Amino acid sequence: MDAPGAKQYEALSIEAAATQAPPGALRRAAANGSVRIGAGALGVLVLIALAAPWLGTVDPTLFDAASRDLLPGRSGEITTLDGEKLRHTFWMGSDSLGRDVYSRVIYGTRVSLVVGILCALLALAIGIVCGLASGTLRWLDGILMRFMDGLMAIPAILIAIALVAMWRGSLATVIVAIAIPEIPRVTRLVRSIVLSVREEPYVEAAISLGTPIWKIMFRHILPNCIAPLIVQGTFICAFSILVEAILSFLGVGLPPDIPTWGNVMAEGRQQFNDFPHNIFFPGVFLAATVLAVNVLGDGLRDTLDPKMAKRV
Amino acid sequence: MKAVLEIRDLTVALPAGGERAHAVAGVSLGVERAEIVCLVGESGSGKSVIAHSVMGLLPAALPVTAGAIRLEGEDLARAPGRRLRELRTTRMSMIFQEPMTALNPVMTCGAQIDEVLKEHTALAPAARRAKILDIVREVRLADPERIVASYPHQLSGGQRQRIMIAMALVLDPALLIADEPTTALDVTTQAQILKLIADLQARHGTGVLFVTHDFGVVAEIAHRVAVLRLGELVELGSKQEVLTRPRHEYTKMLIGSVPGLQPRARPLAPDALVVLATRKLSKTYSEHGWFAPRREVHAAREVDLEVRRGQTLGIVGESGSGKSTVARCVVRLIDPSAGEIRLGGEEIAAMSRAALQPLRRRVQIVFQDPYRSLNPRRTVGEAIIEGPLNYGVPRAEAIERARRLMELVRMDAGALGRYPHQFSGGQRQRICIARALAMEPELLIADEAVSALDVSVQAQVLALLEEIRTRLDLAMLFITHDLRVAAQVCDHIAVMQEGRVVEYGPAEQVFSRPRHDYTRALFDAAPGRGFAFGSA
Repeated sequence: MDAPGAKQYEALSIEAAATQAPPGALRRAAANGSVRIGAGALGVLVLIALAAPWLGTVDPTLFDAASRDLLPGRSGEITTLDGEKLRHTFWMGSDSLGRDVYSRVIYGTRVSLVVGILCALLALAIGIVCGLASGTLRWLDGILMRFMDGLMAIPAILIAIALVAMWRGSLATVIVAIAIPEIPRVTRLVRSIVLSVREEPYVEAAISLGTPIWKIMFRHILPNCIAPLIVQGTFICAFSILVEAILSFLGVGLPPDIPTWGNVMAEGRQQFNDFPHNIFFPGVFLAATVLAVNVLGDGLRDTLDPKMAKRV
Repeated sequence: MKAVLEIRDLTVALPAGGERAHAVAGVSLGVERAEIVCLVGESGSGKSVIAHSVMGLLPAALPVTAGAIRLEGEDLARAPGRRLRELRTTRMSMIFQEPMTALNPVMTCGAQIDEVLKEHTALAPAARRAKILDIVREVRLADPERIVASYPHQLSGGQRQRIMIAMALVLDPALLIADEPTTALDVTTQAQILKLIADLQARHGTGVLFVTHDFGVVAEIAHRVAVLRLGELVELGSKQEVLTRPRHEYTKMLIGSVPGLQPRARPLAPDALVVLATRKLSKTYSEHGWFAPRREVHAAREVDLEVRRGQTLGIVGESGSGKSTVARCVVRLIDPSAGEIRLGGEEIAAMSRAALQPLRRRVQIVFQDPYRSLNPRRTVGEAIIEGPLNYGVPRAEAIERARRLMELVRMDAGALGRYPHQFSGGQRQRICIARALAMEPELLIADEAVSALDVSVQAQVLALLEEIRTRLDLAMLFITHDLRVAAQVCDHIAVMQEGRVVEYGPAEQVFSRPRHDYTRALFDAAPGRGFAFGSA
């Protein structure tokens, strides 16, 4: 069957058919403007959270009756836990108990970021397990997905409020309560990817190579979920930060002595007309954080999600 | 005679950073009235780019940088978009490979043809309707009233392509561009569509630029042939000249790679060990909704097959005939509904997944699509050693085996550390074969394993499979829709139609004395059977 000249042209036909290597997903993401802006802003926020004690703050739980309701930029005194009086400039003013809003907002960054990241990780972890199970075990699929549908039918905030009310507010319970309503979305995403990828010839080839099902899951199917899950994770993160603030603002989240943006705003709610700074500064931080995470997520979706990449 | 289409020194640039600077470089050719010019080439040869550049349908990334395209004397390369829009369907039309995606799924076929008339004529509704029914009748669709009121999904692939042709020819253009119009169709439908295009163009005196990769189709339909390679025209001449006395080495190689329809005779050991035998193997898909009546699809019905060691059984059939279903049942990727599958001495049709596990090694499969058969995130080496590692082969030994196999499939052992996207389709298919062989199987199933490959690459992979079968004394189940390929590799042939085996016997006998009407229809439809390809 070997035709004359076949050898000579072998290299050429192969060259003609060779596809170009696509640039790495990470490098593509790093070149995206939204990713750079979002990641940059988020990086600054993380630095602020880490360096909170060295940014001219005092212990956010300190208060002083003499320094109540100071306007931003004013100086006053604040009493430390040892009873010592300190001169302190209230860059963002003080609240009705004489606490430093600046210190509370800066320390609040820690809580918000921790809540956002841990909620996203928790929702992703449980969602991946449920999604893989649902996509693989057909008998479980119906039951699990109907349960998820039920969960999705209730507004996320209501579920979170109900759960925190049941368990009493602490950082752990708030994180779990916010993560649970996000699980169905992750489950659906993972399940849909499992269902489409398991029909791929390379998965069928792995079956005929005798690869056990759990290995196929982790080796051949799960890696396809990583990019969409990173994108989904950023949106869960942003939403969780927002929900935590809402819960604290409504007084059903973390205890009021823990400095969170929601708590600061809740504290300032009654005097909003006279002292808007109590709500303005934590509000700005909250908006900036959620915006940064969302912009990052948008950029990642544009570069990592194959469905979006075709459109861009 | 004045040329309908004249392409002179056409050059189309590729985006920077590609493997070459031009998609098409300095191509000149013409299409006369009532003439069919076939543009032949392998993937990446630039044949579709030429077709699209005539229609003004090139993406912005592929600009025409030099040359002229003249349609009845008018330069299209420099014509504004408005003028091109006027010319499309009135003076030039195009039909595409996949009629399902070329037609709008939410419009009836009649409305889609009507759109052309509304846009380009001032006819009254009644006159338009009469014209639509006329053209639908002319493309030989039975019951035009019903067809016109149908949506694309209600029609078969062949009917859809006829609608596309009707839409393209309704305003009687001077030039018809056909971009692989029969590639997605079954062979019997393809024969009908080719005949239809030839009849219509002869009757209307239309010039046709016919893009194809298939020399069988060329032999069937062309008046003149233009051969392209990597964007350059290597040969242009009459069909007789090019097919029987090709001048250029590349054309010679291409035509030499087309497998012939004559089965080769090979002495067979009649008492060779039976590796695989199926008895009354059936697969039925049943669909039952809560409110819908139960619907059953018989993908395979009572299939009896036998493959012996060192021999190749071909399963031939059109799409939907159930040939892949049989293969997938044998590998137990799907569970058969009834019947037996005997692998060596063991009956595996009803075996549990766990019991099957040690037997999986003995049957391996190579799939059609080389781009999806390898996990893009794993190196070639990891893909090849995955199977042996599953069966307890030590890693070092598995890697050593992978090296030997790469040599066997004529690839560099250095390729083991690279990722699939760095290889061409033919190379990937070699890798898939190596991966299957790493399991040291008794039965190798090739499910349309060469169908997605260019003809020259296909010839190489077929030769490789043949060599491997002989050297390792493998039993092979070869599934294909292509009679030419089947003739080259199979010792026995089973012809399937609608889930049944309608003819089964030694290849020589099936090819020379087909007994069943369907087999005869398949052979009659094989494009280019008048030319003795593969004898060179």
